Amino acid sequence: MRLEYFQMITRVVSFDAQAKTLTAAADVPAESPVFEGHFPGYPLLPGVLMIEAMAQTSGWLILGLNRLTAMPFLVGTNITKMRDFVQPSTPLVVHAEMVGDGSGYAVTKAFITREGKKVAEAEIKFAVKTFPDPKFALMIREWGERLQFPFEKLETA
Amino acid sequence: MSSTFETVSKIISETCDIPLEKITPESHAIDDLGIDSLDFLDIAFAIDKAFGIKLPLEKWTQEVNEGKAKTEDYFVLGALCGKIDELVAAKGA
Repeated sequence: MRLEYFQMITRVVSFDAQAKTLTAAADVPAESPVFEGHFPGYPLLPGVLMIEAMAQTSGWLILGLNRLTAMPFLVGTNITKMRDFVQPSTPLVVHAEMVGDGSGYAVTKAFITREGKKVAEAEIKFAVKTFPDPKFALMIREWGERLQFPFEKLETA
Repeated sequence: MSSTFETVSKIISETCDIPLEKITPESHAIDDLGIDSLDFLDIAFAIDKAFGIKLPLEKWTQEVNEGKAKTEDYFVLGALCGKIDELVAAKGA
């Protein structure tokens, strides 16, 4: 995680095109300017950033299933719950499952676990749009490579 | 068994908090009911699930943008229900 850059995922752990699921590791850093304000002397990962982590994990799932042909943009969340506090230096696992794959939209269910225990969950909605330009698509591809996205699995997606 | 219109109007009422009696087959989803694109994604998701279809929203939007169709061809509820019935029939064919 690089919280101040909104890069919430450390790496993609698994992608299953048949089951339409993706799992990612999200290692909360020991230090970040975010923790200086949230909160001074009592650092906690903000809930909105947990939502963002679930959205980005879902985003990579959608990108994998559409073979990086269209970009998902977050448009809403439902049934969002923050079940526990998350402190710095915490390794998290983020899971996403596709539950609605429509024309120009996608809906996922996602949750975050810490040592196997659920700390957050949400149903997340995306508008799925054509990439605004080829450079954007290339940037996403390169970002995926840094996250160790299993591009070889796109052949079976 | 509910008619297509009954199911669709109930979805719209619950999704957008619009009184059921205000929703008629002649209602234009955008012009009369004030449904925006974000709410329409929720409606499409609920319709896709309820009828086991995939509304071709991208294709419809493209046709409207290119002047090949009018918004009322797809977004007046009577016409929308007709399109849903066609998609359901095509699925079973």
